[in-house]
Amino acid sequence: MIINVARKELKSVFASPMGWVILSLLMFAFGTQYLNAVNDYFAVMSGAMRPAERTGVTQFVGQSVYGLASFIMLFAVPLLSMRLISEERRSQTLPFLFSAPISLTEIVVGKFVGLVAFLSVLIVFIAAMLSTLNIWADIDFGFLLANSLGLLLMVAGFSALGIYFSSLTQQPVIAAILTFIALFALMMLDRFFGDDPTNVLGSLSLTRHFQSFASGLIDSADIVYFILFAVTFLTLTVRRLDADRLRG
Amino acid sequence: MVTYRKCAPYLPEMRPLYKELTVDEYLTMAARLHRVSAKNIKKAVENAKERCGLTHMSKRLIENLSNGYQQRVGIAQAIIHSPMVVILDEPTVGLDPIQIRDIRTLIREVGTDHSVIISTHILPEVEMVCDQVQIIDKGKLVFNGSIDVLKRQRVGNKLLIGLRNPPAIEEILRISGVSEAESLANGLIRVRYAESAEPAEAIVQAAVQQGWGLHQIAPDQTSLEDVFMQLTYQEQLAV
Repeated sequence: MIINVARKELKSVFASPMGWVILSLLMFAFGTQYLNAVNDYFAVMSGAMRPAERTGVTQFVGQSVYGLASFIMLFAVPLLSMRLISEERRSQTLPFLFSAPISLTEIVVGKFVGLVAFLSVLIVFIAAMLSTLNIWADIDFGFLLANSLGLLLMVAGFSALGIYFSSLTQQPVIAAILTFIALFALMMLDRFFGDDPTNVLGSLSLTRHFQSFASGLIDSADIVYFILFAVTFLTLTVRRLDADRLRG
Repeated sequence: MVTYRKCAPYLPEMRPLYKELTVDEYLTMAARLHRVSAKNIKKAVENAKERCGLTHMSKRLIENLSNGYQQRVGIAQAIIHSPMVVILDEPTVGLDPIQIRDIRTLIREVGTDHSVIISTHILPEVEMVCDQVQIIDKGKLVFNGSIDVLKRQRVGNKLLIGLRNPPAIEEILRISGVSEAESLANGLIRVRYAESAEPAEAIVQAAVQQGWGLHQIAPDQTSLEDVFMQLTYQEQLAV
């Protein structure tokens, strides 16, 4: 059932030009960044004389592309997640889902899976693009895997937050703005509390947990953080919709 | 909750249509969400489209359909998994007269295979499409019975007569079967008669013989609205 709700969401995204436009624009941005990074690699490395200054091509290009990707997702996810529930509420199509023999959890998780599936198309494309480096260099696929996994988990967290804000309002734009502000605040926490490793607020930061993935490290603590983050907001969304249903 | 939803689909007043999808896409999705098994989906969609007269609209975007056709898509969505009961809320709101007629025919048609529950404020519609009526006022059931009972309440034993040169009321009272007569403000005369009597023919004969200039005679029906008012009003008095 979750799959059917997810299919419905994907169909809606691709039924309008918006899905295609977002995919192509983002891929264009990542592609440009990739080309630039490859060019820069030669310029920088030919200037670096000592072996300690040299880094591998995977890390150099990967960090540049995935850095941009995580930053762009900060804008892209709110734009995609904003309409998931608020739009249905505004056009009064929620009863269609509520009256079908599926539970609220299935609806919410289905929507979440649909959005993450859409975004993972991008993640797969980025990984495929970086893998082409392997044609003339020997690249570190482990690094790519860690980064892809990190990006996927982060996007999942973003999406869950976006769906929650989308369930709070009828106006997609408000949902997008709220999601963006919340995500931005969670990113910024690291700026303010990053120096002190014992600070609790600092460890809530999304950036900090993405950083270990970005350097190629798969840490179970970070995986758990993102999963808990997503589960928390999905649960809140289910509760929110349940309150709606009871009030009619 | 889930089992209840499995047997009773619901079409609310605001049609829950995803307007960016085509009719086929939307109905396929509805079938999937209502747990129609994968191999039966195509058949269910074709069947629902055929019954609702949507076959030639399959590839059109729902957005571009007229109101009447959108309503058909809504009904098709509700009957796609052949449920036992279909619930329709105000199915003809916002449609033009021809569309209203078509939708009512469709509802009757759907009613042959499924039980249909309609909630509506349009009383003539009730008379046209329903077999069983319940009137609810302020959360209380004030009427529950077949449509015939409601219709009988309407008819009453009254005739409305229009005469060009009306005689005195006493003249009319003298006709056998007539128990009461009164002239109304608009020049018509309302005649009450006993339960078993059929005075219409006698009145016509008397009118012809005595040259009253009869130009209209009809059963005086209370409108359904009046019956409805009475029912809800009585309830208020009782409280």
